[in-house]
Amino acid sequence: MSNSCHESGQPAAQLTQLPQVALVGAPNAGKTSVFNALTGLKAKTGNYPGVTVSRFAGTCRAGDRKFAVEDLPGSYGLDPVSLDEQVLVDVLDGDGMRAPDALLIVVDATTLRRSLGFVAQVLARGLPSCVVLSFTDELLRRQGAVDVDALSQALGVPVVAVVGHRGHGIAELREQLLDWRDWPTPVIPPPVDPGERDAWVESVLSYAGYRVAQPHGLTRRLDAVLLHPLLGTVVFFAVMVLFFQTVFALAAPLQGGVEAFFGVLSEWVAAHVTNPWLSGLLGDALIGGVGGVLVFLPQIMLLFLLISLLEGVGYMSRAAFLMDRVMGRAGLEGRAFVALLSSFACAIPGIMATRTLPSAKDRIATMMAAPLVTCAARLPVYVVLIGLLVDPAATFGPFGLQGLVMFGLYLLGAVSAMLAAWAFKKFGDRRSQPTPFYLEMPPYRLPSPRAILLAVWGAASSFLRKCSTIIVATTMVLWLLLNLPLHSTEQMQATGVDTADSAAVSAYVVDHSYAAEVGRLVAPVFDPLGFDWRINVGVLSAQSARETFVATLGQVAAAEDPEDPGDALRAMTYSDGPRAGEPVFTAPTIAALLVYFAFALQCMATVGVIRRETGTWRWPLVAFGYLTVTAWLMAYLARTVTAFFVG
Amino acid sequence: MTSRTFEQGTDGRPRAEARYDQRTLADLMPTATAQVVSVSVPGSPAVARRLADLGFTPGTVVRVLRRAPLRDPLIYQVKDYEICLRRAQASCVNVVEVDR
Repeated sequence: MSNSCHESGQPAAQLTQLPQVALVGAPNAGKTSVFNALTGLKAKTGNYPGVTVSRFAGTCRAGDRKFAVEDLPGSYGLDPVSLDEQVLVDVLDGDGMRAPDALLIVVDATTLRRSLGFVAQVLARGLPSCVVLSFTDELLRRQGAVDVDALSQALGVPVVAVVGHRGHGIAELREQLLDWRDWPTPVIPPPVDPGERDAWVESVLSYAGYRVAQPHGLTRRLDAVLLHPLLGTVVFFAVMVLFFQTVFALAAPLQGGVEAFFGVLSEWVAAHVTNPWLSGLLGDALIGGVGGVLVFLPQIMLLFLLISLLEGVGYMSRAAFLMDRVMGRAGLEGRAFVALLSSFACAIPGIMATRTLPSAKDRIATMMAAPLVTCAARLPVYVVLIGLLVDPAATFGPFGLQGLVMFGLYLLGAVSAMLAAWAFKKFGDRRSQPTPFYLEMPPYRLPSPRAILLAVWGAASSFLRKCSTIIVATTMVLWLLLNLPLHSTEQMQATGVDTADSAAVSAYVVDHSYAAEVGRLVAPVFDPLGFDWRINVGVLSAQSARETFVATLGQVAAAEDPEDPGDALRAMTYSDGPRAGEPVFTAPTIAALLVYFAFALQCMATVGVIRRETGTWRWPLVAFGYLTVTAWLMAYLARTVTAFFVG
Repeated sequence: MTSRTFEQGTDGRPRAEARYDQRTLADLMPTATAQVVSVSVPGSPAVARRLADLGFTPGTVVRVLRRAPLRDPLIYQVKDYEICLRRAQASCVNVVEVDR
């Protein structure tokens, strides 16, 4: 369906001629800022073949030569304990792909005592290597010291000190890259046995005159509050409320702006293209589809702005620490909380936020759970359906019943998401060992605006490049289904349609469309849920975006105002079959429909983004399949239970 | 992987006291200080190896910094940096408490 969704997996072909340089290092070592400083905006993201591990590759110019640079998954050691680390080892071994020609080992100067153990393991592989010492400014500021030349002598490989996010030392690093063929290698490879390695590390550190950085005073003072059992929890919830408010409330007017802009655009097309069918295709289908892509951008950009801010400052690991126990119940870890919270706004940014999870299994489990969280697009559907189901005046205790039903649906989404994550984690791959959990607590730092902008830009551009095709295509296909075949005015008048009444015309078009045929075709499947073919058409049209359901049903029911079709729906009766003449929207049907919407994956954009993030069609198909089956079963259950109580 | 694998300390000090002290990192309260004796993860040498890569090698001094609100996970200071471990992993690191 979308060509651009297939190209993940390999960086551009011409890169393969260039010398391949790979960045290795621990998470938090500053790998990404060195990578960004070397490659700038030219980085490409994709996936390693067949696995849910993102691949970052770009090119870097040094002197008159070009290099292909790849940012490998971060790791603390070369004995893999996760899929991502297996990829790292496979790349270093050249297993299934070309091995890098040279390595840049990025090391945080403030954690040298631990990091040199990793350096020892990498050097033992014998590839030409250069150590890139990051955060040297921080080491000095905290009264630490290290002699870079002596360290280079002791290690037997070149060492370059950089301050990645400021660009310091990057010119020197580029110069060093030019000589990669002549990089010295250690005369005796460093020991790999942990006991011998500790002795080797101590001797290297003492030769390099290493003085350890003093504990970061501000970090100690902030952590005393932010990680305090009570205060820390209060601050955490305050931060999350602000976070959610920004993604949810601040994005809303921006999204409204995008929608209004495309609305004006499509009206302009309607006014200037006389052929009604062509004007519909251009104005509603094409422009609507492009608008349907761009409407996600405010949320995605705001979310990544906040995530990279929280991550850059160092709060993300604190939040993960505070939430780990709770998320552990679902088999996930603390960092998954942010992804699931974002999914309350929209599953698209939520699924993209799973990039912050280091384990592929956790990313998959979170992605499979995210579509269950009640997203903003379900809200208009819920509002209309609850309005039909519950009398606005009805109360339960001091609470309005409508509000309680809404709350119940949000709760249903959250609980089923946690259950789904748990199930996918538990049964997803029972052969493999559980990944151990560990998380470095970096000192609080001021993130660089450049790093944040790059993160926002990267998220937005990869979404546009990889997902716009599938969303535009879905919108266009659905428009065609809902509007074809064509009917002439005479044809409609012949069947007694008042062609002056636009509501009657659009109802006639939908009633005789291919979508209606599909709706009738699948009627036996949805009949046990009480859905008639018109609801099926609405459910089908919701595939491009859930909120479309309301307008489509309004159109089918020939409502005066398709955006508020409550009265027309109440009056709707089954047109044929054994229930002909009975009202369609009875309590059991509405309950079934609400539950169906709570579970079903009725969002092709989500399918597209899961495809993009996992690099295969397997996971979006699994998600679509399991959610559709679950939705049907739960809707049937809801219908039966409601029918039992209502009678 | 047996608990004997990493019992050779780097400073060569005898670890006879380890035989009588079955404590692990998970048993310690915040601000306690301890020395790693061994790392044993039954059935998963890669995880044992990873804990060593994170800095939990025999002879290394570890300090418990704090506990999460629900008592798990915990933050430790080891080899000049701070790392958070779940109890499940912390209980694989056998230690002797030392006075600081």
